[in-house]
Amino acid sequence: MKEFRDKQIIKALLRDIEEKISFLPQPVRVMEVCGTHTMTVHKYGLKTMLENAGLEMISGPGCPVCITPNEIHEAAISLVSKKRNVILATFGDMTRVPTRKGSLQTVIPAPGSKLKIIYSPQESLELAGLEPEKETVFFAVGFETTIPSIALTVKKAFEQNLANYSILPALWLIPAPLKSIVEAGEIKISGFLYPGHVSSIIGQKPYQFIAEEYGIPGAIAGFEPADILLGISSILDQIKEEKPRVHIEYRRAVRPSGNPIAVAQMDEVLERKDACWRGLGRIPKSGLKLRKKFSAFDAETKYQLKIEEGSGDLPGCRCGQVLRGLVSPPQCPLFSRKCNPDSPYGPCMVSFEGACLVYYKYSRQEHKR
Amino acid sequence: MKKISLELGSGGKLMRDFISQEIVPRFKNPILAELSDASHLPQGIAFTTDSYVVDPIFFPGGDIGSLSINGTVNDLIVSGAEPKFISLSFILEEGLSFEDLEKILNSIKEAAKNARVKITTGDTKVVRRGQGDKIYITTSGVGRIVGRPNIQNIQPGDKIILTGTLGEHSLAIMLARGDFGLEAKVKSDCSPLNFLIPLWKKGVLWMRDITRGGLATILSELAERIPHSLLIEEEKIPFSQAVRGATELLGIDPLYLACEGRAVLVVPEKKANPILKEIRKERQAKKAKIIGQVENKIGKPGELLLLTLTGGLRLLEPLTSELLPRIC
Amino acid sequence: MCLGIPAKVIQINDSKEGKVDYLGTRVKTNFSLLENIKPGDWVIVHAGFAITKLDEEEARETLSMFREMAKLEQRQR
Repeated sequence: MKEFRDKQIIKALLRDIEEKISFLPQPVRVMEVCGTHTMTVHKYGLKTMLENAGLEMISGPGCPVCITPNEIHEAAISLVSKKRNVILATFGDMTRVPTRKGSLQTVIPAPGSKLKIIYSPQESLELAGLEPEKETVFFAVGFETTIPSIALTVKKAFEQNLANYSILPALWLIPAPLKSIVEAGEIKISGFLYPGHVSSIIGQKPYQFIAEEYGIPGAIAGFEPADILLGISSILDQIKEEKPRVHIEYRRAVRPSGNPIAVAQMDEVLERKDACWRGLGRIPKSGLKLRKKFSAFDAETKYQLKIEEGSGDLPGCRCGQVLRGLVSPPQCPLFSRKCNPDSPYGPCMVSFEGACLVYYKYSRQEHKR
Repeated sequence: MKKISLELGSGGKLMRDFISQEIVPRFKNPILAELSDASHLPQGIAFTTDSYVVDPIFFPGGDIGSLSINGTVNDLIVSGAEPKFISLSFILEEGLSFEDLEKILNSIKEAAKNARVKITTGDTKVVRRGQGDKIYITTSGVGRIVGRPNIQNIQPGDKIILTGTLGEHSLAIMLARGDFGLEAKVKSDCSPLNFLIPLWKKGVLWMRDITRGGLATILSELAERIPHSLLIEEEKIPFSQAVRGATELLGIDPLYLACEGRAVLVVPEKKANPILKEIRKERQAKKAKIIGQVENKIGKPGELLLLTLTGGLRLLEPLTSELLPRIC
Repeated sequence: MCLGIPAKVIQINDSKEGKVDYLGTRVKTNFSLLENIKPGDWVIVHAGFAITKLDEEEARETLSMFREMAKLEQRQR
């Protein structure tokens, strides 16, 4: 595994990329749509190395915490601050997203209620079992990488007839926003770097339309620096050959058909719905909700939570534009001034995979120079 | 009506603001304003205090008792003092098992012996069941000043020494909490840093124990106070395999993990190797290493930079919010 | 959120729960999203669930390609 981070190999791959770009019309712009790709690109200094080679990496809507709009965060905040004896189980970075009602981290829970940070959906189920007098609500956020696990967890709750368990879903499907971004045509994208683990679930087919209908090349890449560079290399080949397709670089973990068992689990428990993405607006069939059979586990109906669409970002926040790739973090006027990791103004500066936080932590040094 | 949130206790901006807006101006005096680990009083006395609310109270390699002694002792040592006397106050919750309390008391006795301090005064209070969480301990420590941090004399070329592997205390806490069904061969690094005391007379310019916020926070706070930058090399930072594995599995950055028995020092370039040799004589510091130096050619003054394994440069910022609650 | 680590399966029971090992650290893992998993297999673990099995043959191929590249790079210097 060490080879994937080896200095020599990275140098060799970069040289290969530099050479390939020199034969292509520039600038070459590759959009990555996975927070972990954003992190790797910055953490290993790849972004600057690629820029020097003539390739611009743009961050897309690949951070589920970031694209979950404020109205859903506010619903969670309402729940834990107004209802007694609720345990809101959530992944760590969800707790610091700032809204008009504060963040989950700063609100005072109602008597008997509390926030519990978990690492796996499984833990939320265990919590419900451990504290039967309380209502456990799992703030279930994620893309297709996490969704099958969430579906499985709800299914288990159903089988166990758990009355004190529910989920507040914020589930997002990756291929849909890519279509919106391409259709909107706000930026000229030369190629897409597709998310490795989402793809190990959904396979290669859901991205085909981007190559076939829009002629944009793409590669499903893993998360080590060498994986990303190999993925980019394939994209450059596709541009040169004028043969856009969906190349699987991450062959050790992604099969063309994905993981059918995981997809079946998702299908059994969830069904598609139209959803509102921060920055991208309403996208048809881009989200998921619990099927009728499992509706007793939907916290929104159980607690009659009001989720008012369009409650909106904090005034002046540019996260929406960052998520569409229109604005890079340092181009946001609030970046590192009013908005920084210590006191974030928007989710992109909160989530471990948010473009702004990643930029701030790993690339600000480059930017300053 | 403004209320105290858990965020205040996490050691981030909210706490720093609290201290700078509510504490320092209210209790105005030059000693407090220094906000050092241990206050240096007239007549060569150093004085410090800390409260311990760690959850759970027992963990591999230690417990709230040993923590309460080592934490306070280490604050004195890194401020330039030889710890001498400790006060010990308990707030016990009704219903706490006597067996547990005994274990903790014996642990305190052992820790005090190892740290060569005497417990000379204290207090015990009991609160109703539900009004405290098993046991809270507050220790204050008094020591004899033997040296003083000399930040003004830190210059480019000075070396940064780390006394051992990072993050074991945090990992031990996670294990003891039973989080994620984690299993790993790790013990908290909770221990006294007495072996560093003689170094104050051997030219050490500055030292800090690596507690909440981890190495990255401690060093970036130093960087902010000097007109140079600090550069550390990822390759040189020692980690145990257990911490490496667990942090990758859980997606946590080990540079921000708390320890309770590790220190980072800045020493003049010429004295770095002899001091390193001295440090390595200590059993718990065998893995001590020079991990970087003070810079004036890379980065800007006030910055802490990491030279990554792949040859890139990364800016390290102080941790804004604790990754894990109630770790000390 | 895409964070997934390659880890080795250490134990798996009939209810498809068990543990994986990564550099000596073990963590509870649910294998219900995969089939035919046995101790010794390598999987990618995300949020406590194994989401895909690592194809060792593919991994070996990629690694040997890297080693070739590293050798070439050495010679070029």
